[in-house]
Amino acid sequence: MARPAHRRPGQSRKAQYSLFVAYVIAVTGAVAGLLLAVLSVVDPVGFAQLRVASQEIAAPIARVTRSVTGSISGIDDRVGAYVNAGSQNRRLRNELAETRRQLVATSALQEENRQLKTLLKLQETDKTAIANGYLLTSTSTSSKRIALLSIGRNLGVTAGQPVRAADGLIGRVLSSGPSVSQVLLLTDVDNIVPVRRARDGLPALAYGRGNGDLDIRTLNIANNPFKPGDILLTSGTGGLYPPNIPVAIVARRQNDGALARPLADPGKVDAVSVLRPYTPDNIDASPAPAPAPAGTP
Amino acid sequence: MSKKGPRLGEPASLVRMRVVPIASVMFASALPLMLPLIANSPVLPPLGLLFFLCWQLLRSEMWPVWVGLPLGLWDDMFSGMPFGTAAGLWTLASIAIDYSSQRIYWRGFFHDWAIAALLVAIIQSLAALIAHPHAATGRVLGLVVPQIIISALLVPLFMRLTGKFDNFRLKRR
Repeated sequence: MARPAHRRPGQSRKAQYSLFVAYVIAVTGAVAGLLLAVLSVVDPVGFAQLRVASQEIAAPIARVTRSVTGSISGIDDRVGAYVNAGSQNRRLRNELAETRRQLVATSALQEENRQLKTLLKLQETDKTAIANGYLLTSTSTSSKRIALLSIGRNLGVTAGQPVRAADGLIGRVLSSGPSVSQVLLLTDVDNIVPVRRARDGLPALAYGRGNGDLDIRTLNIANNPFKPGDILLTSGTGGLYPPNIPVAIVARRQNDGALARPLADPGKVDAVSVLRPYTPDNIDASPAPAPAPAGTP
Repeated sequence: MSKKGPRLGEPASLVRMRVVPIASVMFASALPLMLPLIANSPVLPPLGLLFFLCWQLLRSEMWPVWVGLPLGLWDDMFSGMPFGTAAGLWTLASIAIDYSSQRIYWRGFFHDWAIAALLVAIIQSLAALIAHPHAATGRVLGLVVPQIIISALLVPLFMRLTGKFDNFRLKRR
């Protein structure tokens, strides 16, 4: 039981004034804080630089805890997995059967592709990757999905570079400090990625939902062309993400598009690589993507 | 004169009395960024905020009303929210607690729990709305609802922890 407060200053002028001043500071400070928040929403990159100090404090400890325990990742995911175990199992069996069939077709295509590439003397130049690192930790208490990357300016990481894992796209660099950098994950509410469907190149946009899933919306909303199992790749439109990085797989249809799950779970990936942003200067470095055949259902 | 054991009437260490509450809030704010946890949604309760509220509910007069400004700024450095969100909202929470402690004389345990849960809910919702002005309101609030429920259920535990810290804070030698 808390004791009742005795903020009454009594007769002392000094005590009265100091109490009054405390309230004035509190109210003006609160207003100023909220104004600052609005400003930093408008200019997230500039204010992100201010966090460099706190990240440099937290990163060494995160490195140690990560090396001791490994990544305690996807707690929410695991709880969800138990809840949905039955239906998920059934769905996965169906998907597996479907995937096997596709795998056979794909392997034939791969062989053909390899031969064609040899013909064209296209070399797999890996000039797009700048550096490799791993995700240390993330802001797990706030609604922003920001992860800390173990490398920073020391390896040439700067703001605006895309980050990918072996499985797919992770996000983009928000700001970089001397030895760590912030990555805005794919699933953040403010992250929008231009994608295309792998099958026929249908363009769409992937919006983060903030809870690990993505909303996929087509540019024409006349009909809803998505089917569960559709794979989405980055399209390269907009100039930030290089084309043909796997992004997500469609889980189910929605009224205005589809719900998709990212192919690379940031909680489970080991290493990520920071790529060059897909700008006109850097486009020469990567082989041009083949134009996707449009119109096949 | 033995150096062990408190002397009669000797007050607790002034430094410890001042430092323990502030250090506990600051450490709790920074802790989530030190854990190797890559979350896909806000899974952890806002530890710093819970300690901040519990200290104020336990010791109403320990801090001036503006203490939310520096502690909130510190939390903003680690939480990933836009700068100033916690600074503003935590200070408003201090004012609210200050007001409630003038209104509700002899607050009980359930009063404290209700006040803390309500303030956490309001602060987390407002912070999420400030951070994502372009997203749909319902969706943003849906993101923080699980976190708010977890936090509300954890308030008694944090009260206990704060009480333990308070005992340590006021321990003589």
